[in-house]
Amino acid sequence: MAIHPKEHRVVLKYADEPGYTPDIDCYMSKGGYETLKTAFTKKPEDIRDEVKKSQLRGRGGAGFPAGVKWSLVDRKSGKPIYLVCNADESEPGTFKDRQIMHKDPHQLIEGMMISAFANDVAQAFIYIREEMPKAAKILDQAILEAKEKGFCGDNICGSGYSCDLVVHRGAAAYICGEETGLIESLEGKRANPRIKPPYFPAVLGLYQCPTIVNNVETLCDVKHIMEMGADAFGKIGRPNNTGTRIWCVSGGVQRPGYYEVAGITLGELVYDICGGPLPGRTIKAIIPGGSSMKILRNGERFKGKNPDGSEYDWGVEDIPLDYDGIAAAGSMSGSGGMMVLDDTISIPAALANLMSFYSHESCGQCTPCREGSLWLKKITTRMVHGEARPDDVDLLKSVADQIAGRTICAFGFAVAWPVQSYIAKFEEEFREFAEQQSNPDTDRSSVKELACNHG
Amino acid sequence: MAEEKKDNLVTVNIDGQDVQVPKGTNMIEAAAMVGKEVPHYCYHPKLSVSGNCRMCLVELGMPGRDRATGEAMLNEDGSPKIMWMPGPAIGCGTNAAPGMHIKTDSEKVTQAREGVTEFLLVNHPLDCPICDQAGECTLQEFSSAHGRGAGRFIEEKNVKPKRTKLGPRVMLDDERCILCSRCIRFSDEVAKDGVLGFTDRGSYSTLTCFPGKQLENNYSLNTVDICPVGALTSTDFRFKMRVWFLKEVNSIDFETSVGCNTSVHSREGKIYRIKPRRNDGVNDTWMPDSGRELYKLVEAENRLTSCLVDGVAATAQDAVVRASELLNGEGLAVVGSGQCTVEEQFVLKAIVDSAKTKGAYVVARYGEDDGILVSKDRNPNVRGALMTGLINTLPEEQLTALGAQIDSGEVKTILAVKEDLIAAGLTEAQLSKVTIVSLDTHSNATTAKAKVVIAGLTNFEKSGTLINQQFRIQKFNKAIPAAGSAINDLLALSTIQANISGAEYPSTLGSLWNLISESNSTFEGVSFNSLCDQGKELDSSAFDGLAFKEGKSLLFDPKQEAVAAE
Repeated sequence: MAIHPKEHRVVLKYADEPGYTPDIDCYMSKGGYETLKTAFTKKPEDIRDEVKKSQLRGRGGAGFPAGVKWSLVDRKSGKPIYLVCNADESEPGTFKDRQIMHKDPHQLIEGMMISAFANDVAQAFIYIREEMPKAAKILDQAILEAKEKGFCGDNICGSGYSCDLVVHRGAAAYICGEETGLIESLEGKRANPRIKPPYFPAVLGLYQCPTIVNNVETLCDVKHIMEMGADAFGKIGRPNNTGTRIWCVSGGVQRPGYYEVAGITLGELVYDICGGPLPGRTIKAIIPGGSSMKILRNGERFKGKNPDGSEYDWGVEDIPLDYDGIAAAGSMSGSGGMMVLDDTISIPAALANLMSFYSHESCGQCTPCREGSLWLKKITTRMVHGEARPDDVDLLKSVADQIAGRTICAFGFAVAWPVQSYIAKFEEEFREFAEQQSNPDTDRSSVKELACNHG
Repeated sequence: MAEEKKDNLVTVNIDGQDVQVPKGTNMIEAAAMVGKEVPHYCYHPKLSVSGNCRMCLVELGMPGRDRATGEAMLNEDGSPKIMWMPGPAIGCGTNAAPGMHIKTDSEKVTQAREGVTEFLLVNHPLDCPICDQAGECTLQEFSSAHGRGAGRFIEEKNVKPKRTKLGPRVMLDDERCILCSRCIRFSDEVAKDGVLGFTDRGSYSTLTCFPGKQLENNYSLNTVDICPVGALTSTDFRFKMRVWFLKEVNSIDFETSVGCNTSVHSREGKIYRIKPRRNDGVNDTWMPDSGRELYKLVEAENRLTSCLVDGVAATAQDAVVRASELLNGEGLAVVGSGQCTVEEQFVLKAIVDSAKTKGAYVVARYGEDDGILVSKDRNPNVRGALMTGLINTLPEEQLTALGAQIDSGEVKTILAVKEDLIAAGLTEAQLSKVTIVSLDTHSNATTAKAKVVIAGLTNFEKSGTLINQQFRIQKFNKAIPAAGSAINDLLALSTIQANISGAEYPSTLGSLWNLISESNSTFEGVSFNSLCDQGKELDSSAFDGLAFKEGKSLLFDPKQEAVAAE
């Protein structure tokens, strides 16, 4: 597979090379585990400082600085500290972690062992999405290999430091990827997210012990920070948005797929790397970071002030493709799952599809999310089934407003943001849709199919 | 802002009003301390915080600090500048910190409550007219107080299981359930029998028992009490009575020496249910299921509703006169009971003193404790028998010593109060040798042999006091009128005492307590009328030498005091 010249591959450097296999010999032939060996010559706190200095931000969704996350860990409790790799990649549109685990599992193990050593962890877990049985098998095999060679388990690299690593198959729910839901699930319970305060993972995480939960890509980046140094890592991308990111592009583009890039714009990714829209179509909107993130409409202008006081005025293609760039455009880079919606897509039908997903995945703990998400599904389903009412648009928005920010975890936002942003940016289309779909003579088959919603 | 007076107190500001609260107090409790109700469903003062119903959302702010200097940020007038969080926070999960500000009645808060209320109702069956919880339903009350008053939901409601038997005493209607998880937390944390859980997800979440399990522990009905809606109902009480017709009277669970505080609910002289009554020093808000069934004693088949003299129905007056004559002879033994009230035991002691008595006994009842609110001692008031001086040592389960006294001819007459002598180890032959006067509520082998039977009252038909395991004297009140022509035990005993002694003797609680507090220093300053609902712990040092089977401390550890409503 040819790598596009605008890509900047670090994490996926070897993954797609012809002949590259997930076994340990192949990994070591490319210099694998050398960084781990050198890590033991350093003090754990120096590694933590290095990661902090690199400004590495979490690749899972919220973009929280990994070094800061590590620094919040309660190291005085006397309790064991756990490291958990969040491999429950389940945000619709996201498929990057799977590539890493399938093609280069040892990179993750090396990154985890460095992170574990840096944080005095004796037991680490990979919580992997249930629907990734192949990756789980590959990781199990890789851990066996790593243990045989002394890169994991007892007395790693002869350093005297030991850390066990276990692959834990997830419980097949979206919410298992929420940090504290994951911890509950890892403890063998229903993945109901915990209230914070008091259950901040850094203090009261797994088994009420301090716990670090990091995304697969984040932990791989730790390996590269240690390999190239925080300064070199910091030079990739923009300040506060350091390192590369793997973007997963799906939908109406010519070359959908995953691309590791740094320091480019959204337009460069979508038009140059992915080849732009399919022939004869135009791009209508882009969901930048996984299905829960706010939608960006093609054609709208994103204006505001930079921190240095200068002003920006971007079209959707000009948005810098990183945390701060997309945040400045009013959305979030999330998990890096970018969905491109072309002009064949009915936005209300797309919303019905999404609501079907989110109402199915709400854990059911908090009233607003539990009842609101299903209500939103029922309204949108009814709309695509030809019983739309003109006031449904306002009702949808009101229901979403009643969910956002009133729940234990961020799932409430994940339900509300699509509704709020789709209506904010495509209100006309919603109103027309409501009008048109309430007409009994309208052909609704294509809309219903798009909504993946037949009930 | 008021200065922090004690280390364990912090000052928080609720709707503009400063209040000092203990560190760690959550905002529902803090608001309750200044008389503000923060509505809530899932929060229960005696259970862990789950924070899922989102009804208690409040606005939360903390004094701002300059990021660069760390200095406190001030308003123009010099007061601390409060940085309000953009989103609301749950009151139950927000613990007091110095300078914390909350708003419980702002526009944002009102909207949040309206939203939660609307959400709770969209899939609720709204079957209030036939729901047992109607009238005491939190969802009903909050819908009225915090709802929008109009519905916007036109979709089909979810369908969930109805009439699910969770156990022998608890029925579940999943459609009414608001998934607050109180019952689950209660089962895990208090009953220590984690059989409940949710299956399915989202709005289809369903409360259920684990496969092969039942909610059958002796505390299962507490889940019905704490269920804020009509999802969990008592099989015994279901569809029997609309709750607003019920009259509530404070009572005590008299099945063991724990003395759980209860409330007896009756209408027109008929008891419909017994519920626990909160006492933070005894039973928190819980009670065993077994204690809730005791009201069935009132209308039991073998209930005595009329006095008997020589097996023939007699008026209570005639029975008491005849009893007094019989008891005023030689060789009397008194068998009192740990079921009797302190007052009755006091009068019995007086009878023992004024008649020529050969012995006074109380029958012990022991069983296994459950580690929670059922103790080893199945008598509610052995402490009372000791403190009134009716007995001086711990009672025995068998009346062997009395049997010997009968066999030797020393005892010729027995006054048995609320005890079946056969059950307590005497033989038919022994009973045939003596004259028996029995004061009891239900017919048994002893009443069958008695010369005089005085039909007495159950604890639901009279008032009195009991002294529990902790030496806490607690009172209970009459909930319903006496059955048939049964006579108040206290009146019967006082009359007998007056007849035997030939002197006046008080026969009402008020007048008797004057005598008790005067004549017995343990009870100094105590009276029935002034005793508060939480009871009063008495000085028990005189009884330190006695080896009570269940000890002096409850096995159950009541949670710290809380003021918010359950």
